Amino acid sequence: MGLELYLDLLSQPCRAVYIFAKKNSIPFELRTVDLLKGQNHSDDFVQVNPLRKVPALKDGDFTLAESVAILLYLARKYEAPDHWYPQDLQARARVDEYLSWQHTALRMSCTRTMWQKMMFPIFLGQRVPPETLANTLAELDRCLQLLEDKFLKDQDFLAGPHISVADLVAITELMHPVSAGCDIFKSRPKLAAWRQRVEAAVGEDLFREAHAILMKAKDLPPADTAMKERLKPLAQLFL
Amino acid sequence: MSLGEVLLCKTNLGVTGPPPRGGPSGAPAQQALRAQAIGPERAARAPMGSSAWGAGRTPLVGRGPGPSESRVPCVARPVRPRHGPGALPGPAVPTLPRHLHLRQEEPHPLRAAHRGPAQSVAILLYLARKYKVPDHWYPQDLQACARVDEYLAWQHTALRRNCLRALWHKVMLPVFLGEPVSPEMLATTLAELDMALQVLEGKFLQDKAFLTGSHISLADLVAITELMHPVGAGCQVFKGRPKLAAWRQRVEAAVGEVLFQEAHEVILKAKDSQPADPTLKQKMLPKVLAMIQ
Repeated sequence: MGLELYLDLLSQPCRAVYIFAKKNSIPFELRTVDLLKGQNHSDDFVQVNPLRKVPALKDGDFTLAESVAILLYLARKYEAPDHWYPQDLQARARVDEYLSWQHTALRMSCTRTMWQKMMFPIFLGQRVPPETLANTLAELDRCLQLLEDKFLKDQDFLAGPHISVADLVAITELMHPVSAGCDIFKSRPKLAAWRQRVEAAVGEDLFREAHAILMKAKDLPPADTAMKERLKPLAQLFL
Repeated sequence: MSLGEVLLCKTNLGVTGPPPRGGPSGAPAQQALRAQAIGPERAARAPMGSSAWGAGRTPLVGRGPGPSESRVPCVARPVRPRHGPGALPGPAVPTLPRHLHLRQEEPHPLRAAHRGPAQSVAILLYLARKYKVPDHWYPQDLQACARVDEYLAWQHTALRRNCLRALWHKVMLPVFLGEPVSPEMLATTLAELDMALQVLEGKFLQDKAFLTGSHISLADLVAITELMHPVGAGCQVFKGRPKLAAWRQRVEAAVGEVLFQEAHEVILKAKDSQPADPTLKQKMLPKVLAMIQ
């Protein structure tokens, strides 16, 4: 059995891994793990990742969790072009810096925005207090400002003149609030221009394919009672 | 040059950066955090700065908006000069060239934590590569390296977060900032820390000598320095966990006990912190709450 990637394209880090693997023509078997259906708790999947999270990788007997670790593993093993994770010490440090920062900053505010604006009201039929949503959007705004000022600055891409895994991780995060109807690029021309460059570098077809499931999330039928119960602990994290 | 010297870095109690542009200003945002934590009615009855707040000893801590930012971990060490008056003995610690300070220029201990955690992992990796440290710290081997990456990624939102919350909920909020924390909140935090420790032992350490194999790596360094937070707060994280305790001994031995003690001198005195003055408290509280959400 060759490389298997366990993904749910509803999840931001899964999309980054998917785009990277496809763009670099890395042969893999896609194993879909539907989070909303709780498939991450199946016995089979727990063998792959006991932390029950996606993305996860299985390469022969070797299993790996965490999207950043997976991206770097794939980049090294399949000798992806240097710009994705440059050999140059300082260029690489810039990518590492972004990959570390985003865990506790952009990721949370993008996830919360998407859930509070869309998943709670539409999918779970649960009201989110307006102040909560307002605070979340303010926090998202703050993270986006940091993204522009501290990372992007006047560069073409987050870590320099070429696209890297940092851009993939970032763009897939930002599509989360976009899918919920937050046009975060509208008042941010610099970020919008960066987005165009990333999409062009990835390829628009691949970009669209990776985001197809996300962009249809607003059309999901409301969750049934069982699903709501099962998602309660997860949903609480996003309030 | 020993690896220990190379890997020393400043301990910062990180906080959020400048106030958001166009977002809520400091005071309303702070009120929102409190209201979210203790309920809007109680917050309205006891606004910040009022005597009712202090007298009522309303337990405060809860989650609120704001990035879950945390301090720069790495090996905790107060920065003292290597030359001139007050200089420490020993070989000079290499400093990063100015343009590579990775956005951590300011010396104030309460610094933008949006710069904090990013820097420590990126800095460690940079130092390991630039100074060509022994391979075991960040192995060339594809799968061994992936294990270190996996730990370094996981810990951001798991162990680090829980260790930080344990420190602040148990000691720093009540003692330093004079903000009581409800027993329920503290119990929840300690239970979450316990779960993270279970994952640390069960998924990462297992029956190995170190987290990612038979040799110490950056993963062990990052982990041990995080665990010293709750230890500094008086949490017995190693009690009842002989496997973890044995791992700690191995890590301390590999790092060198003198260096380990020196690095943790400050954090181990956390429970002896003196209360902050009211101005500092007013400034720090919203940032701390945002940091440990």
